[in-house]
Amino acid sequence: MKAIIKYVSLGLGAVIFAYPFLWMIASSLKPEAEIGGFGLWSPHFTFSNYAQVTERIPLGRAFLNSIIVSLSSTVSVVVFGSMVGYALARLQFIGRGTLYAIVVFTMTLPFQITLIPQYILMVKLGITDTYLALVAPTLMTAFSIILFRQFFLYVPQALIDAARIDGCSELRILFRVIWPLSRPVVITVSLLTFMSSWNEVLWPLIVVRNRSLMTMPQLVTIFTIGGEAESLLGLQLAAATLLALPIIITYSFFQRYFIESMASAGIKG
Amino acid sequence: MRSLWRFDSPRHRSQKTGYWFILPYAVFFGAFVAYPLVFSFILLFHRWNVVTPMEWIGLKNFERLLSDPLFFKAIMNTLKFLLIHIPLQMVVALGIAVLLNSRLKFRGFFRAVFFLPVVVSGVVVTILWQQLYAFDSGLLNRMLSAVGIGKIPWLIDPDMAMLSIALMATWKNVGIYIILFLVGLQDVPRELYDSASIDGATRARQFFRITLPMLRPTFVVVVVLSTIGGFSLFVEPYVLTGGGPMESTLSAVLYIYNQAFYFNHMGYAATLGFVFALIILGVVLLQRKVIETEPMT
Repeated sequence: MKAIIKYVSLGLGAVIFAYPFLWMIASSLKPEAEIGGFGLWSPHFTFSNYAQVTERIPLGRAFLNSIIVSLSSTVSVVVFGSMVGYALARLQFIGRGTLYAIVVFTMTLPFQITLIPQYILMVKLGITDTYLALVAPTLMTAFSIILFRQFFLYVPQALIDAARIDGCSELRILFRVIWPLSRPVVITVSLLTFMSSWNEVLWPLIVVRNRSLMTMPQLVTIFTIGGEAESLLGLQLAAATLLALPIIITYSFFQRYFIESMASAGIKG
Repeated sequence: MRSLWRFDSPRHRSQKTGYWFILPYAVFFGAFVAYPLVFSFILLFHRWNVVTPMEWIGLKNFERLLSDPLFFKAIMNTLKFLLIHIPLQMVVALGIAVLLNSRLKFRGFFRAVFFLPVVVSGVVVTILWQQLYAFDSGLLNRMLSAVGIGKIPWLIDPDMAMLSIALMATWKNVGIYIILFLVGLQDVPRELYDSASIDGATRARQFFRITLPMLRPTFVVVVVLSTIGGFSLFVEPYVLTGGGPMESTLSAVLYIYNQAFYFNHMGYAATLGFVFALIILGVVLLQRKVIETEPMT
């Protein structure tokens, strides 16, 4: 009896969390007149919403922009973040304690305070409406440095010493000895960075006005609120589905990593 | 910890490499953290629309802020959001986490489903909920009408709109907190329950006397992250309501955005950002203190 209540309530919960997405995908494939329905099936499934929405806004280009931005941000955060994390955990230099304090301070700093000055910096550098402006403030994160440092503290010193005796440079030690041992933290940082970069809307809205440089969530946002969608539901849902699919597909492959990443991040954060 | 790197050698090589390794971050920090912080401080005392030269106005930005009804409106809206969001999230997340922590088939499947809205863009979630919340054609109202409750003015009623956004945000984020509570639950030592059972404590009593107090660190994280989230709300009101009706969903970040990019008031926008940041830090510190010292149950 108890088990039944348990499964029924979890099942109900699952419906509440998953059904809206299924409805969104199904409705994006329905003709406009049928979208109001609750059901997931229609005998008139069509791709016309997708055809129309890609005709009105450059979603393909936006997809490419988002990939470029998210990938460069992720690669940079992982490479440079792990370098700083390694220096903080395993290298001796004067000022290390201060640097660590600075990184922790940066992490606790609310972004509201730096938002406007960062935009002004982009204006002064003359790089608004460029890829550089889109990625610049996200090239490194204090949070990733702290995660890397934490993990690198527990790599056995003997391995590092052995590599040094073999004449490896510290860079080589980091990328050839430490990295292979640190897959969990590398994956965690990569996924979290990619996801937050992919979903970021505010910063692109601020620094990019040129449509051909817009990221996907930005373009979809502007399309939805800007009247271009002419309150055609099907078009909005098709655009939303196209925006959601890459992350949902990635998530379905790396689901466990996503969840574990979030757990470890939340606890340390 | 210190003993871990006692054998680093040769030391001078380590010293130099250390500086090379942190060089990129030093540049980044200088450009995107230190410079903006200093510049934000300068902006506090200036009027500036980016195009014409800056004008020193002393403390006028702060005077303006103290008599700006929209500033206080944004704070009240955020508090209203948090008042619904935090308790709702705790109850739902903890409830689901307790269920998921019991003996269960398909645990992985359930966990994955509850976490799905977390990974999807806020824009997608907002577009989706716009359909659910629509007054006449929205799925929620049609469902409620069908069972005889009648239509709810989710986004139309100024008293309602922020609550609707809080409900939506809970749906989107609760997956994170389910996972955090699950981790917390798994950290509670089993022996505590075993000895409590021997002493004849009921399941309910065990929950309130053992589980809840042991989850205190998790509660701190949940409250702090939700609060930061509340003060960072942007996409949801931007897409869903544009801050309306009657500014009832104007959030802190949306207000900064409007002042900066709608009115070109950079100095005032920076002042807003500065004050909101102080408020966030203050509230979070206070919360930590209260939850960490308050006796539970």
